Amino acid sequence: MKTSKEFTNENYLDYVKHIAPKTKQKRTIFHAFWVGGLICSIGQGFRMALESVFNLKGDELSAYVSMIMIFLGAFLTGLGVYDRIGKYAGGGSIVPITGFANSVVSPAMEFKTEGYVYGTAAKMFVVAGPIIVFGIASSVLIGLIYFVGYRIF
Amino acid sequence: MLIETLFMFLKVFVVGGAICVIAQILINYTKITAGKILVYFLLAGALLQAVGVYQYIVDFAGAGATVPISGFGYLLADGAIKGAKNSLFEAITGGITSAGMGITAAIIFGYVFSLVFKSKSKRN
Repeated sequence: MKTSKEFTNENYLDYVKHIAPKTKQKRTIFHAFWVGGLICSIGQGFRMALESVFNLKGDELSAYVSMIMIFLGAFLTGLGVYDRIGKYAGGGSIVPITGFANSVVSPAMEFKTEGYVYGTAAKMFVVAGPIIVFGIASSVLIGLIYFVGYRIF
Repeated sequence: MLIETLFMFLKVFVVGGAICVIAQILINYTKITAGKILVYFLLAGALLQAVGVYQYIVDFAGAGATVPISGFGYLLADGAIKGAKNSLFEAITGGITSAGMGITAAIIFGYVFSLVFKSKSKRN
């Protein structure tokens, strides 16, 4: 994924920009829209099913739907299907929570040859690590601000 | 009932798709990498919930707002805000408690599936 030298990467991007037809960028936006929308609709299907069958609500409902979507994302990544979807849909496959699962499984599989500890377990967090760090840091910050706010007002 | 359900799916599709389109536009026209886009969207979701906006999007579009990574940020912020009502302890742990399922699922399923499956070559 990452190139060793930044300038080769930039040169390449300029080259791509030079030869890529402009209409292709518009098409990728359409691809992202319908695939992203479809993934969210699948999530909504599970949401409605869990809501009616198990009577779940609010955060609990969101959490279980996230779990199912992460399961599917991880499974499809394992099968090699998700990367193919990613090539077609770009942002439509990255932004849904299935893309988060993909970002965990993909490097973990790739670095399995480096062992189960420093290969798989460590590389799982190459992309997911920053998400968890910033996510938890921001939630603690928001929690503290609200805690102070509730006590003052 | 059926029309209501179909209309809900339409809202989910449009809102979820629109969030992904924003990401695609960032990919096309800026040099922001996919990993950073995930972080920015997460922070955007948390920030929007901190000011009380994201809840309306969730109420309007359901999974269209919760399935994108910004919904994960929403979940973190929402847990922290709800916890802050009770105690300092819950203000700090509320976020990760709400998001615990997602993070746990990602770690468990991620580890298991990466052990079970072999990496497909990216050359083809």
